[in-house]
Amino acid sequence: MSAHVVSNTGVMLGRSIRHVTRSMDTIITVTIMPIAFMLLFRYVFGGAIQTGTGNYTNYLMPGILLVAIASGISYTGFRLFNDMQSGIFERFHSMPIARSSVLWGHVLTSLVSNAISVVIIILVGLLMGFRTSAGILAWLAIAGILALFTLALTWVAMIAGLAASSTDGASAFSYPLIFLPFISSAFVPTDTMPGPVKAFAEHQPVTAIVNTLRALFEQQPAGNDIWTALAWCAGILIVAYAFAMRAYHRKIA
Amino acid sequence: MQTPPLAIQASGLHKSYGKLQVLKGVDFVVASGSIFALLGSNGAGKTTIVKILTTLLKPEGGKASVGGFDVVSQPARVRESISLTGQFAAVDEILTGRENLIMVAKLRQVNNPGQVADDLLERFGLADAAKRRVATYSGGMRRRLDIAMSLIGNPPIIFLDEPTTGLDPEARIEVWKEIQSLANSGTTVLLTTQYLEEAEKLADRIAILHQGTIIVSGTLAELRKLLPPARAEYVERQPTLEEIFLAIIGNKEGVRP
Repeated sequence: MSAHVVSNTGVMLGRSIRHVTRSMDTIITVTIMPIAFMLLFRYVFGGAIQTGTGNYTNYLMPGILLVAIASGISYTGFRLFNDMQSGIFERFHSMPIARSSVLWGHVLTSLVSNAISVVIIILVGLLMGFRTSAGILAWLAIAGILALFTLALTWVAMIAGLAASSTDGASAFSYPLIFLPFISSAFVPTDTMPGPVKAFAEHQPVTAIVNTLRALFEQQPAGNDIWTALAWCAGILIVAYAFAMRAYHRKIA
Repeated sequence: MQTPPLAIQASGLHKSYGKLQVLKGVDFVVASGSIFALLGSNGAGKTTIVKILTTLLKPEGGKASVGGFDVVSQPARVRESISLTGQFAAVDEILTGRENLIMVAKLRQVNNPGQVADDLLERFGLADAAKRRVATYSGGMRRRLDIAMSLIGNPPIIFLDEPTTGLDPEARIEVWKEIQSLANSGTTVLLTTQYLEEAEKLADRIAILHQGTIIVSGTLAELRKLLPPARAEYVERQPTLEEIFLAIIGNKEGVRP
């Protein structure tokens, strides 16, 4: 049975990856906005922002990566929604295959396509002066945290894909997620924010994740931030997975 | 004479969506190797019955078995015995026709998926379009691909939910021939349709679903007996528009390209 799951999921992943590679516009639209933000913050606002660190491109890179992932997962919701609409979801569900492979194919595709976006953005960042002293272990930790963040948001996207009643609904849920890094330590230090905003910024997941990534890129100790970041990602993942499963079972009841 | 074994048995099926009662006790049986047509207008509950029998929906009451397996307690065994061609062609538009077939063949763990795909493309007249994305296919081509996908792995029971809705006359005849040849090779076919002519042409037995129950069922000959006896009348029979259409485009038998 488990060999079944792996083989079925492999086929589903292959199918869905083709969807990504045959509509490269989805990768381009996902990367273009974060790159635009990066240009904007680096060359327009950057000169006036006092972060107390030398290289502002280094400072904003983690936040930009999270913006990219938050916008990338909207396509995951969109692709799943299309499957539900087109009847191919029902075809798969009436076949002698592991049903879980239908959803996992989308989840794995989301991880792959977001990884592509992240690599593209880091490459563009290098051109703009992004530099890191991170060694292999730090890079592995960065990749792991980004993957966990992607996985957590992907399951949020799965809820939207399963429960939405329109294409817009299946992808628009990501807008607030894209906005979240702006009210965090991603682009400016939280010190200068007024009380309530500062309180929000310092206690939402993006700040902990951004601070962790920044520390890892700079080879600095991440301190407690890394545990807060991991707890947020794991928490979002568990809650989103539970709700997605509920939406899924309601769909196939 | 021995009665053939039953491929599908449904008794007392109930299902409602919220307050709307769609099925109010549906009973019928389908003999192995036969074509059974479920006839009814839009919204009569045909698709709901198909979804229950293909394990996509659970009935609220009643029992159903497909291929000898209970749809509620043994859904995995049912899925091994069936194939579903849904109401809307369930094909992947971004993949090519060949890739769609290979995908299903791999999911069903059939040996030599590439060969299986090529054979089906040939049989369904899609060989020329094999490497094109399905998004460029016509409605008839999509439906043929859809049916071809359902044949992979040779399931003994096939469900076709309104297989010819939205097709032009030529494509419809094409699909009819395929359904006929499936039944000739021993496959059990349950099809739903709103076209009386389709049921008349294809089905061994016909059941008429109306307001959530089956009001009559039987062979065409049996159903005819329910009507007043035929009278002989002289009527000049004009060719139907369909006959004219097919004669003009020179494709009377729906010959495959």
